[in-house]
Amino acid sequence: MAKSEAELRLHDLFVRGLDGDAAAYRMFLQQLASHLRAFLGRRLFGWPDEVEDLVQECLLAMHNQRHTYQPDQPLTAWVHAIARYKMIDLLRARAGREALHDPLDDDLAVFAESATEASDARRDLAGLLATLPDRHRLPIVHTRLEGLSVAETARLTGMSESAVKVGVHRGLKALALKIKGAR
Amino acid sequence: MRTDQLVDWLAADAPRVPRRAVSRRLVLALAVALPVSFAWMLVAYGVRRDLIEAMFWPMFWVRLLFGACIALAGFVVVQRLARPGVRVRGAWLGLAAPVLLIWALALLVLFVAPPGERTALVMGRTWRSCTIDIAVMSLPMFVGLLWALRGLAPTRPAWAGAAAGAMAGGAGAWIYAFHCPELAAPYIAVWYVAGIALPVVAGALVGPRLLRW
Repeated sequence: MAKSEAELRLHDLFVRGLDGDAAAYRMFLQQLASHLRAFLGRRLFGWPDEVEDLVQECLLAMHNQRHTYQPDQPLTAWVHAIARYKMIDLLRARAGREALHDPLDDDLAVFAESATEASDARRDLAGLLATLPDRHRLPIVHTRLEGLSVAETARLTGMSESAVKVGVHRGLKALALKIKGAR
Repeated sequence: MRTDQLVDWLAADAPRVPRRAVSRRLVLALAVALPVSFAWMLVAYGVRRDLIEAMFWPMFWVRLLFGACIALAGFVVVQRLARPGVRVRGAWLGLAAPVLLIWALALLVLFVAPPGERTALVMGRTWRSCTIDIAVMSLPMFVGLLWALRGLAPTRPAWAGAAAGAMAGGAGAWIYAFHCPELAAPYIAVWYVAGIALPVVAGALVGPRLLRW
């Protein structure tokens, strides 16, 4: 099977991101978000409001589980499997299968389209963030929202630098769990 | 929150990711669980006294190989199910083949045995405890693999749980074989297979609850 242009481009960016190239990883996430928005939007047309929430949930899940990707695997299959898993999860929670266009298809067209216009997510991620314990919340707030460095955050909070890094990492995972819990 | 902002957050939390993280995590779990299980066998059951002598009997090796093959195939299947978008394909056969082969061997043995001895070949002397003992032996691997899977991304949790049960059950049967006095193929075909089936069923039942992410 010939690899699509998007597969090659995103695979390259993602693999560089996995090797620690933050700029490439950022581009990967931006383009991935557009593809997910189009892919999920087409399948959840009954609930346009859910799309952006699900895009964010997928991004967070893919970020937290990126260690399960191996570069020799088609990226399309990996992304599709996670997007599908999260979508089915949402549908189970909503239990409204009739509103669905074609949710359980097996075609791997995640990268077929791209939608850059993001509608506002309904879910208040910042609100969920506020419910995390300080050791997770403060590192995320200072390093992400306020743009401080790890060292500055460590000084401000009295945590060690490694505790700040671990806090961000664990915090993002905890946030993914909160999203599940909030549903 | 806007998606752009989330992307910024996530991109800033992007240290280098170690390669083959899935296999590493599974191996780590097994590196802790296997010695625990083996030590439990040594302490609570003890190896069979005639172990040296038994090493010259083909059935002793068949029985060890039976558990080891299921454990290895189970590892491959778990490893694939832990990664989104990876198909298991032929690896299922690796789990089915040892069971089918031991069943075939058992039927052959029963067929050539005198009718009066057939019941004894199936029931052995320790059938009452064998199945449960194998399930108990498999428990450390079972717990370890489920812990490992909770940090991975199985998109089919019931299957992943069942495969973890198969890997744990195979390893449990392998370890129990160092103690077990039974060598007849029909005995293994019934009680060993049942001992492995227990963690498989348990895994399929707890998977959807424990392995959600």
